[in-house]
Amino acid sequence: MKTLLKVFKWATVRMERGAKEKNHLLYKPYSLNGIIAKEPTSLEEELKEIRRNGSSRELDGSASTTTGPSPSSSEFEMSDTFYFCRRGIESIVDDEVTKRFSSEELESWNLLTRSNYNFHHISTRLTVLWGLGVVIRYGFLLPLRLTLAITGVSLLVVFTTMIGFLPNGSMKNFLSEKVHLMCYRICVRALTAIITYHHSENKPKNGGICVANHTSPIDVIILASDGCYAMVGQIHGGLMGIIQRSMVKACPHIWFERSEVKDRHLVAKRLSDHVQDKSKLPILIFPEGTCINNTSVMMFKKGSFEIGSTVYPVAIKYDPRFGEAFWNSSKFGMVNYLLRMMSSWAIVCSVWYLPPMSRQEGEDAVQFANRVKAAIARQGGLVDLLWDGGLKRGKVKETFKEEQQKLYSKILVGTQEDRSRS
Amino acid sequence: MGSTNSTLLKIPNVEVLMQETGFSPAHIIRLHDRFKALDKEGRGYLCPQDFGAIKELAMNPIGDRIIGAFFSPGKETVDFHAFVKILAHFRPVDKDRPKEPNSPEPINSRSNKLKFAFQLYDQDKDGKISRDELLKVLRAMLGMQVTEEQLESIADRTIQEADLDRDDAISFEEFRKSLEKVNIDHKMSIRFLR
Repeated sequence: MKTLLKVFKWATVRMERGAKEKNHLLYKPYSLNGIIAKEPTSLEEELKEIRRNGSSRELDGSASTTTGPSPSSSEFEMSDTFYFCRRGIESIVDDEVTKRFSSEELESWNLLTRSNYNFHHISTRLTVLWGLGVVIRYGFLLPLRLTLAITGVSLLVVFTTMIGFLPNGSMKNFLSEKVHLMCYRICVRALTAIITYHHSENKPKNGGICVANHTSPIDVIILASDGCYAMVGQIHGGLMGIIQRSMVKACPHIWFERSEVKDRHLVAKRLSDHVQDKSKLPILIFPEGTCINNTSVMMFKKGSFEIGSTVYPVAIKYDPRFGEAFWNSSKFGMVNYLLRMMSSWAIVCSVWYLPPMSRQEGEDAVQFANRVKAAIARQGGLVDLLWDGGLKRGKVKETFKEEQQKLYSKILVGTQEDRSRS
Repeated sequence: MGSTNSTLLKIPNVEVLMQETGFSPAHIIRLHDRFKALDKEGRGYLCPQDFGAIKELAMNPIGDRIIGAFFSPGKETVDFHAFVKILAHFRPVDKDRPKEPNSPEPINSRSNKLKFAFQLYDQDKDGKISRDELLKVLRAMLGMQVTEEQLESIADRTIQEADLDRDDAISFEEFRKSLEKVNIDHKMSIRFLR
């Protein structure tokens, strides 16, 4: 595996050099540099500044009766729209959220057409190398991986069903652990995932909840090949359903019926029941709720943080140079995605186990969630965003707009009340 | 930046565009990338829904009006040229541009920036901001946080101060006069990076 890595690294560097020679102006991913410099001023500051300069009204005599800083005049000015207008145009030119839901753009090309958006014939040498890459990937690596994957999955199903017949006891747990680990490791090989685990002393223990950032369904396999977890998820039909049902026979996972998912209390109850039982495996949860493209961490849903047990945060960071792991579910289906995964060079990632955290006194679930999120983002080198991952599919909630309106009206109307009092 | 950049060549009439708007080739490329990113279906033009998909814009109280500014009356689509031309309004003013008497005023002049802002108020494009239009903008910016009476009093006062010819509406000249002292260049400009 290590030699393979070295080969890839050589190839990538060669590509970079080759591309730079031939193409004078490389496709510069704008997401790295940003088009515009946004000034992080608040609404209040901006409005005060506009008014200080532009107001043609005299300073109000009642300034002496107001407590605190007295603005020269806080009435509506027509220039107030300038602030909103500028922010609006800035967000048209560049915004933080839209780019989180598409694959990260790479500085250098890694011989996969899919990661180079303006692939066109640059030179024969490059094309030949690319062709060679295609042959290796599709002709050699893909069939190998497919066989491994099929073996892994079928072994998992068969063994867990067999173990299910054994009576409950330590023997069963021991065997199920071994089986699970073995099968996941086969699956990992099937994807040629090269994983580096850091700080294994912080690995989640029984009775805790393991929390990680979500980039793709492969995250599950990656984490599960290093330790045993109880999974949480919806019951699917078809192949996934078979796998889920057989896994449950060997050790307790938490699978929900679709209808139960909506009922948050039921979900929370099942989770906390599981957690109380110290002999049960730690639960694995992805609180973002959806796949994000691994450049940032989005808002964590607070449900898992309300349960009140120890939380073991885990940060997962993929190296996109060898294969883009992000699953853009609006663009590709599951099968398509898996095929792409298996025909990339490799999936390289790092997993950091962070020290356990618990909810502190006087901290509510949301603050706790944000604290954990910040720790994960810091460790993985990801941007910590407040936005909700649900924005991928849904519309912005009206509440956000209302926040802006509230802020603005406080400036206008709030001070008018002061005046009427004087 | 190399003149052999193929992306630049793919955009039709890019020379004219650069001259009219004053954007550098690098900016045009960046804006083109952004245009393509917003144009998810790759149709070559944008429609209001594409703008609506920008979350930060949806959060903006006057977001709809800003989107409306991109589309000429009656048109439902905006192509790359029009997109760039509108954004050109927000280029910082070129301070050391020689004043040629016969050249048309640059898109990002103080006057044109003011016209853009005026447009946000004057939705029926009759050249005047009527009391009603002012109320609509106020309602958009303040939402449900203030009462109807408060809104009306704000509108009345604003018109009283700005309306010099007493026709109960604010014309562009009156608008310009009331904003004489505001640093338009700073407030209505975006700093584009290299």
